[in-house]
Amino acid sequence: MRLGVLCSGGKDSWYACQLAMQKEEVSCLISIRSENEESYLFHTPDIHLVPLQAEAAALPLVTAETAGIEEAELADLERAVSLARERYGIEGIVTGALQSVYQATRIQRVCRTLGLWCFNPLWYTEPDRYLQSLIRAGFVVVVSGVASEPFTADWLGRQIDEGALADLRKYAARHRITLTGEGGEYETLVLDAPVFRKRIVIGNAEKEYAGFRGTLRVRSAWLEAK
Amino acid sequence: MILLVDLCFRPGSLSRDEFVGPVARIVERAGEAWREVHFSQAGSADLTGIRGIILCGTALQDNLFSEQAALSGPLSGAGLPVLGICAGMQALCLAFGGSILPACEIGMIKVRTAVQDPLLGSPGEFEAFGLHSFACEPPPGWIVTAVSDTCVQAIRHPHQPIFGVMFHPEVRNDLVVERFCALCRGGDAGCNKNTH
Repeated sequence: MRLGVLCSGGKDSWYACQLAMQKEEVSCLISIRSENEESYLFHTPDIHLVPLQAEAAALPLVTAETAGIEEAELADLERAVSLARERYGIEGIVTGALQSVYQATRIQRVCRTLGLWCFNPLWYTEPDRYLQSLIRAGFVVVVSGVASEPFTADWLGRQIDEGALADLRKYAARHRITLTGEGGEYETLVLDAPVFRKRIVIGNAEKEYAGFRGTLRVRSAWLEAK
Repeated sequence: MILLVDLCFRPGSLSRDEFVGPVARIVERAGEAWREVHFSQAGSADLTGIRGIILCGTALQDNLFSEQAALSGPLSGAGLPVLGICAGMQALCLAFGGSILPACEIGMIKVRTAVQDPLLGSPGEFEAFGLHSFACEPPPGWIVTAVSDTCVQAIRHPHQPIFGVMFHPEVRNDLVVERFCALCRGGDAGCNKNTH
């Protein structure tokens, strides 16, 4: 089955992509850039790096812009998915949805409207096992945004490795955050993945941080051989 | 030991982790072991040590299970308790003489229970996650235990511990699966038993 993967550039999109590539044919990535930083569906801090990720994975990319107005952005998603179907003949969509009923419901409705399959291979996955799998599989994932206590500015750009996972476990126990960032407590950016043929190198990035909210603004990045 | 039946279109499909995995984790948390079989092999499944069977759901576009007859094996398996979830409830309906008809729900829905039920508890209303493109016309004599504005949401066999829910309990309603596991452990799977 030919599939398109909804890609925000973060760990969940790319892990779902890898799972999809193991079982079906991933024909393209689909990326929605939202102008609204509060968008529940699409906003991530470094979504402008998805084209570089697509190049690293040698996958075609279909992109669409959205103003990020609630519900209206679904029409933008539908437009992008329709375009992916026209260009690459996809029969279904893959998402990295973990537990968000809000996101899953809306994407399922778009797929039903278009007569496409919808796959959510990380749906209600066990968070700790998932993060361990991600690390052991060789994903290089850095934190690109934080929006919750107790994340300090040091977390921006920090790699999700065993040490970070140990800290996240403590935070989850003490501060009621989700281990995976499902509640928007932190956002991630994938720099390398098993499906990447090249890895991403960040040249220049700036940290914006105040009151437990922060963003890693990547100003320059490029690919290098693995 | 609970037998989880994967009703998705292919063994080990990309849908498996979405519809079988979350149920398996609830069963684990409820203290039960589980093993898994794809519906295409369910007719010859080894039921040794099995205390209950859960027929899991499928993707919206995936209705292949409804064309297969291989479900009859575990369904008739030695009077074991059975819980059918979404596609699983549809499979139960078809196996016992009911039918399915197009009816779609996607997202959180209100479910109303009218009777005391071992899996759903006391009569009342709760929110649940719906994801289906077909609904059930229950088999003759089966008891409708819950409905939504769109369709029948839960049924049970009049005499055997066989249950169906159209909503997905693995999303925000773990208790339904936990109660089913408790019912399987208890041995007395009578439908009048209250697991509160």
